[in-house]
Amino acid sequence: MGKIANQHIIDKLSTQFGEKILTPSEPFGLLTFETSVTIIADVLAFLKNDKELQFIYLTDITAVHYPEKTNALAVVYHIHSLIHNVRVRIKVFIPTSNPTIPSATTLWEGANWMERETFDFYGIQFIGHPNLVRILNVDDMTVFPMRKEFALEDPNRVDKKDFFFGR
Amino acid sequence: MSNFISENTPNQPVYVDNDPQSDITTLNLGPTHPATHGVFQNVLQMDGERIISGISTIGYIHRAFEKIAEHRPFYQITTLTDRLNYCSSPINNMGWHMTVEKLLGIEMPKRVDYLRVIVMELSRITDHLICNGILGVDTGAFSGFLYLMEEREHIYEIFEEICGARLTTNIGRIGGFERDFNDIAFAKIEKFLEKFPPILKEFETLFNRNRIFIERTSGVGAVTPETALNYSWSGPILRATGVDYDVRVNEPYSSYQDFDFEIPVGTTGDVYDRFILRNEEMWQSLKIIEQAMEKIKKEPKGVFHADVPEFYLPPKEQVYNNMEALIYHFKIVMGEVETPKTEVYHAVEGGNGELGFYLVNDGGRTPYRLHFRRPSFINYQMYAPMSRGMLLSDAIINMSSLNVIAGELDA
Amino acid sequence: MSDINLVEAPAGVEGAGFFATSLEKVVGMARANSLWPLPFATSCCGIEFMATMGSHYDFSRFGAERPSFSPRQADLLMVMGTIAKKMAPVLRQVYIQMAEPRWVIAVGACASSGGIFDTYSVLQGIDEIIPVDVYVPGCPPRPEAIINGFNKIQDLVRSESLRRRESPEYSALLAKYGIQ
Repeated sequence: MGKIANQHIIDKLSTQFGEKILTPSEPFGLLTFETSVTIIADVLAFLKNDKELQFIYLTDITAVHYPEKTNALAVVYHIHSLIHNVRVRIKVFIPTSNPTIPSATTLWEGANWMERETFDFYGIQFIGHPNLVRILNVDDMTVFPMRKEFALEDPNRVDKKDFFFGR
Repeated sequence: MSNFISENTPNQPVYVDNDPQSDITTLNLGPTHPATHGVFQNVLQMDGERIISGISTIGYIHRAFEKIAEHRPFYQITTLTDRLNYCSSPINNMGWHMTVEKLLGIEMPKRVDYLRVIVMELSRITDHLICNGILGVDTGAFSGFLYLMEEREHIYEIFEEICGARLTTNIGRIGGFERDFNDIAFAKIEKFLEKFPPILKEFETLFNRNRIFIERTSGVGAVTPETALNYSWSGPILRATGVDYDVRVNEPYSSYQDFDFEIPVGTTGDVYDRFILRNEEMWQSLKIIEQAMEKIKKEPKGVFHADVPEFYLPPKEQVYNNMEALIYHFKIVMGEVETPKTEVYHAVEGGNGELGFYLVNDGGRTPYRLHFRRPSFINYQMYAPMSRGMLLSDAIINMSSLNVIAGELDA
Repeated sequence: MSDINLVEAPAGVEGAGFFATSLEKVVGMARANSLWPLPFATSCCGIEFMATMGSHYDFSRFGAERPSFSPRQADLLMVMGTIAKKMAPVLRQVYIQMAEPRWVIAVGACASSGGIFDTYSVLQGIDEIIPVDVYVPGCPPRPEAIINGFNKIQDLVRSESLRRRESPEYSALLAKYGIQ
């Protein structure tokens, strides 16, 4: 089957969801748009179940932290339609004070560990996830290490004093 | 033969406290593995030999790659990508370089693309050699592994000739390679192409129609294509279920569209299919390397990097004599070069599946955010639901056929 | 006539039907040439170790024919690869389970000092939790380097005094790490 145009996907989404699809762009040919946390579950379900679009493959779920924005945490979904060989990137901005978003595990089982990893690093609560606990870091860690305010190095290390390294 | 209960298996941990009177035992298939697969743990509940449920815990080698990548300039992240899937590090390196080149809009000359294809296919062969060899060891057949490790040594010699390192190669630079492949490297590749096929043939005669091996592996861990796609599988294990998704064909990178090769696809997705499929992929990789060697002869000699002085370091002699080269060298190392403030996602076909790099750039010296879409991590989440109802020995073979590399699992 | 090297006998007095030497030398020789390693392979250095055990570099010609994955039966703990803080208690437990005499070799930059991973989640060198005898630098070290490290361990084993494991200095060393 041939590739369907990005404009066609945006048109279908706009007819279904109207105003909620924001800022579509195509960095390097990959259709990217933002949406809000209230309708993200419906958007993903629409893209997955639509008979023509068939975005049945979830490539990745991750997050980015922009501390200077009001809604600082951006959850980024990459989904892929294998039939049409087309990818889409969806971003949802949520505030740090209330980082909740519906889970995608109802649609794709593969979202399970991807969301656990995003929770582990950024503290984003995925509502409806069967087992949202830390996956990569130690279980008793209290902070979320990938946020920009967390330092890279271990704070308790004594033998790399800044004084000797001119910092 | 085991049954894999498909769509309705809940992906939840089932763990009850140990009651000494009950028949269910808890077995810790712990981080210290006898089978040198890597450090990940499965806590299994067993009824005799049969697994009732399991919980996977990972993170025992979490080295915070994504956090480190926010503090390193682009050319230093190559050494980090080496250590993701360390059995096939050149593929990770090339994937990262292609991501940055896509961001910067650099067009690569054909000869560089063909050289990259040779290196990537050689490393795909090393990855599959380890996976199939270890699968043999886990079923009890140790000699095949020794033959294959010897072939890995020959590939290591080729990598050493190109870049100086054996395993964590750090091959290439953003914009091409650091030096051209010399004649010794080409001679070694030719010799490898000649000497390797009989060894692979011998390995296949040991295993492919071996009655014990077939009884051991056939029917174990069979997966339907719908379940595999639902769990976001990719790579040889997805192709073993029957879905022909290969990033090299879907979104060709590095001139893969110029090559003529097939994608082997399996039928049932069990361990035997995955084993045969990896062998077939090795044959296809050999075919691609032969074609690349032919194509390189037709390209202009001596081209090993793109003509991008803003991103590719000039040769040192020119830096000491030429003013522009000095300025470019300074700008590249200090990170004063202008880069677009945008985001890019690039995927390559790694040894285990779709290895993706999501790079968010803010124009500075280091990335703002770099995320690795790691196939081993995403493939492994189905392991615990899949091993429900299996015998323990079948579950071990299932794990080794998934080819989970610990560096890529935890990143 | 084969060109296989045999181990040299220690210095002693030889006669018809007897050979007199010191017990330490004989025990040291026997231990050094039959060390059973425990390959604690976590990451990339583990793959180089697999290459060392393969037929090209052949680790077993030094006597390490039987890699033991059970700590109770192993002499030498070879820690190869990065040890994260999540893995550190496991490593310590494995070390405690080993029976005396035991030696530890840290293979690779990550095991020696944390390597290139100066992060919050990586243990900066295993000598923060267990005593180490030999460090092999490299990322990953070549198989020849790993064999060189093993030879240094063999030298240590050959020259170790029989009473060392009961001595107060050794107890003080273990107490420094909190191991009884």
